[in-house]
Amino acid sequence: MDLISGEKLANMTSMEKIRLILDKVKTGKIVVLESGLTPDEEVRLIEMTMTEIRVDEFSGIEIESYPSRKELSFLDRIFGRSLKGRMTVIGPANQLRTIEKDQYQISTKVSVGE
Amino acid sequence: MGVFSGFRESLGAWIGRIFKKKRAKIGLYGPPNSGKTTLANRIIKDWSGGVMGTVSPIPHETRRAVRKEGVQINANGSSIQLDIVDTPGMATKIDFKDFMAFGLDEVEAKRRAKEATEGVIEAIKWLDDLDGVLLIMDATEDPYTQVNVTVIGNMEARKLPLVIVANKMDRPDAFPARIKAAFPQHSMVPVSALEGTNIEELYQAIANHFG
Repeated sequence: MDLISGEKLANMTSMEKIRLILDKVKTGKIVVLESGLTPDEEVRLIEMTMTEIRVDEFSGIEIESYPSRKELSFLDRIFGRSLKGRMTVIGPANQLRTIEKDQYQISTKVSVGE
Repeated sequence: MGVFSGFRESLGAWIGRIFKKKRAKIGLYGPPNSGKTTLANRIIKDWSGGVMGTVSPIPHETRRAVRKEGVQINANGSSIQLDIVDTPGMATKIDFKDFMAFGLDEVEAKRRAKEATEGVIEAIKWLDDLDGVLLIMDATEDPYTQVNVTVIGNMEARKLPLVIVANKMDRPDAFPARIKAAFPQHSMVPVSALEGTNIEELYQAIANHFG
């Protein structure tokens, strides 16, 4: 399992993040992103995952993050802040399974040796 | 030429405001088997006749986005013209073996899985070209799926209107309060697309949010 810090992610482009995640997940690693992905990066990750699915090799990813905290406040808009991503866990679909999830907690089961 | 076409567009928007008749391109999104095509068929049947697509218990029955133009909905004293896009189910994983559990042979299951991956990509591409989204959730299922979180996050980031449809209210285990608690910042309408239950309230919500 790889935990990737927010600092490292902040210095990467969207494409670099997506490539890093997919390369790790395709080798069977579980990736935990401290600061998560933006909504646009999440959807691009799903898109890229679809292009890399191969029969009997890679069936996709399990990705779990919390719902966004709130809408942007007036002050956020004034200062040009955007909604930040939240801690996210991503793994191979055949190894990571979400047991339960709510606004505050994500419970997952990790299988090894499949 | 540019000035003239700009004037024509402004005039069109002004006339639209005066007569409260607007046009919006809305996408029906959601996980596979949440009832997107059933709802699309219900809307089309109620307002223009015909059907949008075929419905099946096998996931990813809709593997190509289908657009129906100019569906006029009247509600709340206003009229709105909708271009409705029924999108393939969004997913983060697609395994052909899951289709074999529904009785498909291996060749057919692999073909469907390949088409389903293309369908997810197509659904994602459509997000860039919409004025709003109806996010259809199965009210009997846990709403905290990543597909729901991702679609809602994208609508919020793009500042586009979103209405959550809690579908399958005809089922005894439907629990729409769970959806409302998960995404309290968004409007939610509980319906049964299959039976048409509470569908008028959905049309009012469409007129309010997209009109």
